[in-house]
Amino acid sequence: MGRAVTVLGHNTDSAFLVIAGVCVMLFLAIIGLTAYFVFRYRRSNGEIPEDIHGNALLETVWTVLPIFIVLYMFYYGWLGYDARRKAPEGALTVRAFAQMWAWSFEYENGVTSDRLVAPVGRPVKVALNSRDLIHSLYVPAFRMKQDAVPGLERTVWFTAEKTGEYDLFCTEYCGTGHSQMLSKAVVMEEAEFAAWLSGAPEAKAALATPSAGPSGAELFKSKGCVACHTTDGRPLVGPTLKGIFGKKVRVSTNGKEREVTIDEDYIRRSELEPASDVVVGFPPVMPPQKGVLKEEEIEALIEYIKSLK
Amino acid sequence: MASEGAGYLGGGGGPNGLSSWIFSTDHKRIGILYLVSILSFFVVGVSLGFLMRLELISHGPTIMEASTYNSVFTLHGVVMLFLFIIPATPSIFGNFFLPIMIGANDVSFPKLNLLSWWFYMAGAALALATLALGPADTGWTFYAPYSLRTGTYVSLAVFAVFVLGLSSILTGINFVTTVHRLRAPGMGFWRMPLFVWAVYATAWIQIVATPILGVNLLLVIAERVFGIGVFDPAKGGDPILYQHLFWIYSHPAVYIMILPGMGIISEIIPVFARKVIFGYRAIAYSSLGIAGVGSLVWGHHMFVSGSSYTAGVIFSFFTFLVAIPSAIKVFNWVGTLYKGSIWLGTPFFFALAFIFLFSIGGLTGLILGALSVNVHLHDTYFVVSHFHYIKFGGAGFAFFAGLHYWLPKMTGRMYNARVANWSCLILFIGFNTLFFPMLLLGIEGMPRRYFDYLPQYSTLQIVSIVGSWVLVAGLIIMFANLLRGAFRGARTTENPWGGATLEWKIPSPPGRENFEKIPEVTKGPYDFRGLR
Ligand code: HEC
Ligand SMILES: [Cu+2]
Ligand SMILES: [Cu+2]
Repeated sequence: MGRAVTVLGHNTDSAFLVIAGVCVMLFLAIIGLTAYFVFRYRRSNGEIPEDIHGNALLETVWTVLPIFIVLYMFYYGWLGYDARRKAPEGALTVRAFAQMWAWSFEYENGVTSDRLVAPVGRPVKVALNSRDLIHSLYVPAFRMKQDAVPGLERTVWFTAEKTGEYDLFCTEYCGTGHSQMLSKAVVMEEAEFAAWLSGAPEAKAALATPSAGPSGAELFKSKGCVACHTTDGRPLVGPTLKGIFGKKVRVSTNGKEREVTIDEDYIRRSELEPASDVVVGFPPVMPPQKGVLKEEEIEALIEYIKSLK
Repeated sequence: MASEGAGYLGGGGGPNGLSSWIFSTDHKRIGILYLVSILSFFVVGVSLGFLMRLELISHGPTIMEASTYNSVFTLHGVVMLFLFIIPATPSIFGNFFLPIMIGANDVSFPKLNLLSWWFYMAGAALALATLALGPADTGWTFYAPYSLRTGTYVSLAVFAVFVLGLSSILTGINFVTTVHRLRAPGMGFWRMPLFVWAVYATAWIQIVATPILGVNLLLVIAERVFGIGVFDPAKGGDPILYQHLFWIYSHPAVYIMILPGMGIISEIIPVFARKVIFGYRAIAYSSLGIAGVGSLVWGHHMFVSGSSYTAGVIFSFFTFLVAIPSAIKVFNWVGTLYKGSIWLGTPFFFALAFIFLFSIGGLTGLILGALSVNVHLHDTYFVVSHFHYIKFGGAGFAFFAGLHYWLPKMTGRMYNARVANWSCLILFIGFNTLFFPMLLLGIEGMPRRYFDYLPQYSTLQIVSIVGSWVLVAGLIIMFANLLRGAFRGARTTENPWGGATLEWKIPSPPGRENFEKIPEVTKGPYDFRGLR
């Protein structure tokens, strides 16, 4: 197991080692004894069986003793859990949003990023939300995991001890793109982090993220549209967006089918409230972008989609 | 009392067409119906699992797309759980042997018993129909809100599981009544074989827990069809409520799977140690203990779902406690071997494999039950490995042990023991090669239900995939040998293992009536005096 890089992670690891250690010993005892008996009392050895119906003392011992052992394990596991309960005062707050199949992280000054960027040595509190389904934020190196449930904000926190880039996964199954819902947790020196957060150009270049002057093509990637839409004519989870502008499409509106012409208004509605007109033949799974995309981003995306010939 | 023809199997002048089977109310014939159908679906489940593993051999789509992969693992779960492991032991061996073991001529409600089989087949047909139409891609857990949104045939799959649940409830009711009403004179509760105790405890879980699943599934259908909004947060519903309702059934369901298997092991160990079982009452009570405490631990599937902190602590506590009755069983089995005269027959090898694999399954469960450790391991391959050790290594191997123990009684013919022992070894090696690396993958943080994975997980994945080939080879050898044995094997005697329970006192295969005269029971089930 790679070493944990957070304090809470060390708690988890020591609980794991203690509990797994006891388990291995119990396992060896059971299997060792079984193997010994099978060998020692084998029939080909000419053993005469002796009917022993039981033994009250033994029965009590092997009921009570394991109770103490498991209670010890329970307590150990609880300790590390308790510490996770509340983030320390003054922690840096990041709001995280999960949607099919992308992550976005919002900082207090409005900077957003598709990576979880954090300063080393400072507690960070992540307020976790989902825009559509249940997802789960998991950073193995932090030993940190929390489900993102729509309509229910949850917080987790960590203090990273080492700079570096760590894998970040979605661990609650969320459909076709579940295994592509990856990102990184990036831990930086305090100074580097401050520069990144203030949008310093060199930091931006290094990470190529926080709301750069929105180019439609970039947004199309960073906002997770690529997970469901292609620009080359193949349908994925959603219809392709190649050359759709000006075409007619059959949609279902409140359960009734009708035909509409794809214009700017339609695209805008499709992005903001996809459930209002659902393209026939596709499931209503597109995450609504209302309150997610800024006005200039919506426009950039519309222009981009129009440009796809 | 050598039987003419082949007893209940027909021949010798009796009717033996298809309709004499599928409309039979004889518990033995119904047991065979289940045997044939359940094993067929097992083959489907194994094939799906095999394909899933194979897909992961390289990055990106190898033999299927992501959406197909998601449907395949969903169907693998539904088939293996609801069509194979939940019904396997109770419906096949429970049906066939429970009445015989308590000295009855049939179950209490033979027609209801047949109806259960028909419900089972109907549910199976619906589940497999989704395969042709557009298989669900939600995972066997059907978690909301994804299951409410995805465009696949979820309602049909959910309805299939609902129908299978009905079948399970009816079987449970039948067994509880049979145990209470039809025991032979002298067959007190404390003279019942431990297999009967285990199936009895299981039947209670089936009756009490399955309706909750039923309600939950109906709600999913209602939500999909009418949009009632209990689970969908977009309509003000609560997706966590779905998880609670789901696990209130589905955790006890784990015990529906494993308890009857433990019953089989409790039969085989004393017979092959040639001595009375150690701690009979402790084993019987622990079955009830598992059924009881097991209904209070469902929340351990939801430690990171965002339910309350206190609930998490309580559920973790009970999770550790529920390990105790299982541990008691294992200790008593090992204790039974002490001062025995152990005969290394095939069923006993499978029982040993069971103890090994089930111990790993149980102990990894303790690791998962610890709160802070669970945060790291939840929804990773560690969990996948853990529950395969319990369900396949435990319940599955116990079922295989049962096949090797009882099939000669059911068919009157014996398989080739050498081949059977080899198949056991190959299965054991294949199983561990397949599932042990998954424990390590989980510790390294690989999430489950991933169609693709990062390069650092490749090596262990490949080892595991190779394991799946060995496992499948073992299964093929085992089933080929059993099939050959069932049709062409040498005729066997009434009591090939020297068992002391009642099924070994009637012909192999049993006659049309189990007992010409209901026996008077005077001894305990593991009293081998006079049989050694
Ligand atoms: C989870 C998958 C998913 C994601 C992510 C997603 N979409 Fe969609 N989108 C769909 C589906 C499915 C449809 C068709 C059903 C519907 O109309 O709601 C659709 C429809 C559309 C349409 C209408 C297309 C037509 O042919 O009428 C547009 C425009 C669109 N999406 C744009 C976007 C943009 C821009 C983004 C990124 C911000 C995005 N989508 C992200 C799944 C997705
Ligand atoms: Cu997700
Ligand atoms: Cu996911």
